[in-house]
Amino acid sequence: MTMLQISNLTKRYGGQAALDNVDLSIAPGERVALLGHNGAGKSTLMKMVLGLLPPSSGTLTIAGYAPGSRSARDLTAYLPENIAFHPALTGREQIHHFLRLRGRSAQEADGLLAKVGLADAARRRIGTYSKGMRQRVGLAQALIGSPALMVLDEPTTGLDPVSRREFYALLDELASRGTAILMSSHALSEVEVRTDRIAILSKGRKVADGSLSKLRSGADLPLTVHIHPRQGCSPQIVSVFPEARHAGEILIVDCMQADKLGILARIAALGDMIQDFDILPPSLDDIYVQISRSAA
Amino acid sequence: MLLRVLSTFQIEFAIALRNRWLSIAVVLMVLFSLVLAIAGAAPTGAVGADRLSVTVASLTSLSVYLVPLMALVISFDAIAGEIERGTLPLYLAYPVSRGELLVGKLSAQLVLIIVAVSLGYGTAALVAFWFSGGDAMDGLPALLRLIWTSVLLGAVFLSLGQMISGLSRRPSAAAGLAIGVWLVTVVLYDLGLLAAIVADDGGGFTTDVFPWLLVANPADAFRIYNLAASDAVGAASGLAGAAQSIALWKPLASLLVWVVLAAGLARGAFERVEP
Repeated sequence: MTMLQISNLTKRYGGQAALDNVDLSIAPGERVALLGHNGAGKSTLMKMVLGLLPPSSGTLTIAGYAPGSRSARDLTAYLPENIAFHPALTGREQIHHFLRLRGRSAQEADGLLAKVGLADAARRRIGTYSKGMRQRVGLAQALIGSPALMVLDEPTTGLDPVSRREFYALLDELASRGTAILMSSHALSEVEVRTDRIAILSKGRKVADGSLSKLRSGADLPLTVHIHPRQGCSPQIVSVFPEARHAGEILIVDCMQADKLGILARIAALGDMIQDFDILPPSLDDIYVQISRSAA
Repeated sequence: MLLRVLSTFQIEFAIALRNRWLSIAVVLMVLFSLVLAIAGAAPTGAVGADRLSVTVASLTSLSVYLVPLMALVISFDAIAGEIERGTLPLYLAYPVSRGELLVGKLSAQLVLIIVAVSLGYGTAALVAFWFSGGDAMDGLPALLRLIWTSVLLGAVFLSLGQMISGLSRRPSAAAGLAIGVWLVTVVLYDLGLLAAIVADDGGGFTTDVFPWLLVANPADAFRIYNLAASDAVGAASGLAGAAQSIALWKPLASLLVWVVLAAGLARGAFERVEP
């Protein structure tokens, strides 16, 4: 059973394809991160999931219902990108309104605001909130009624590292109760490891879809080795590692995954000419850039 | 459905209160009404009309400008503001229809107009009663007529403001367009008609086309209806002849048609907004 099923989805504006033949499915309880540059089609895809934009071709269902239908809207929660809300309203009034629009009791508001850490600010106007606090109001409304599908457009922008951790803890809790989560981000390092799958969009096409480890091995990027030579031993080390780049006192060597042991052996052979060394795996952002670039 | 409209009404009304729209509108209407009620009563004896009717005649001329302006100022942000804040896609992802959103907003804004107009004209009536006592009773029907037709006129321009808001998508652009619409419908339209009559010099345009064009404009329809519906008001305005040459039902029908038409235009403009 899938909560969100997308097949061959295409959206064209004039001759330009904003989304090109995209397939994606999300099961209940699954957390999927949607990555891509600005303009890669993330927001377009999300708006079609919500029924705000009609597809040019292809199909899309939410628990079997058409996007934008009454049943689909009842099941889906959404957090738009850069949401501001009306500055004259208090957080509490805004959440009251969202609760009533979903036909729920306004008394749930305080619980929701407490859950996102806004209990103390609930009676203050949103105009006085920081960007992170406004984002939390957005999150609070997305939590209304334990939705079956959550669509979050760049939800962690504006959140500090502590709030981001709390935010992911909330998502974990929702996912464990069966909510399917689709969240977008422009950086792989933002989604961290708290997602089950990562789909990458580039120029409207899906260029990768899998777990982080699968993406990591698929990208096949070199490791970086930093070697700190002992005083005066730099020339000997360079003779062993002629490919090394200098960065001040440090020598930098690139190394493919498969050569890891060979490099270690060469380092070991140099013995105490080396003061210290670090082996750095490719960063998440490197992997992401590599995948979106190789597809282009 | 009613609950969602009611909730939208509540939230929009709260916003209008906090933004001081209500207090600004009330103060504006009360001030202008007071000035007209006190200063505008001089010709009472000369034209043989009671003091309140004279005041209503002055208020009619004022409202033709002020009510549309107030309505446009209140409503130009309705859709463009939601787009700017990023809340429009969110609302549309909720189980609420565009029609429900629009009706909720329109009703909240209409309450502002009703309160501002009633308090403003009510103040003028109090002044008239204060100066001339029971005589002013004669003008009371005209005053009530002025209040409910002002509300209709307000409803027309609120919907036009919402339409502008949906068409322009940015609050700044919507504000500019709203001023433009106000200028054209309330000021330039009449000047244009006047120029055409002068050029026509009593020809076919003046007798056959002009009355229809006059009635077709909601602001002119409002003015004609109020001046023609009461002899005293018409006399006080000095325009009785012009106003009474048109059957009374025509301007009223025009106003009512415009209320529905403008609401339809707003709904149509909102439908075309892709969030």
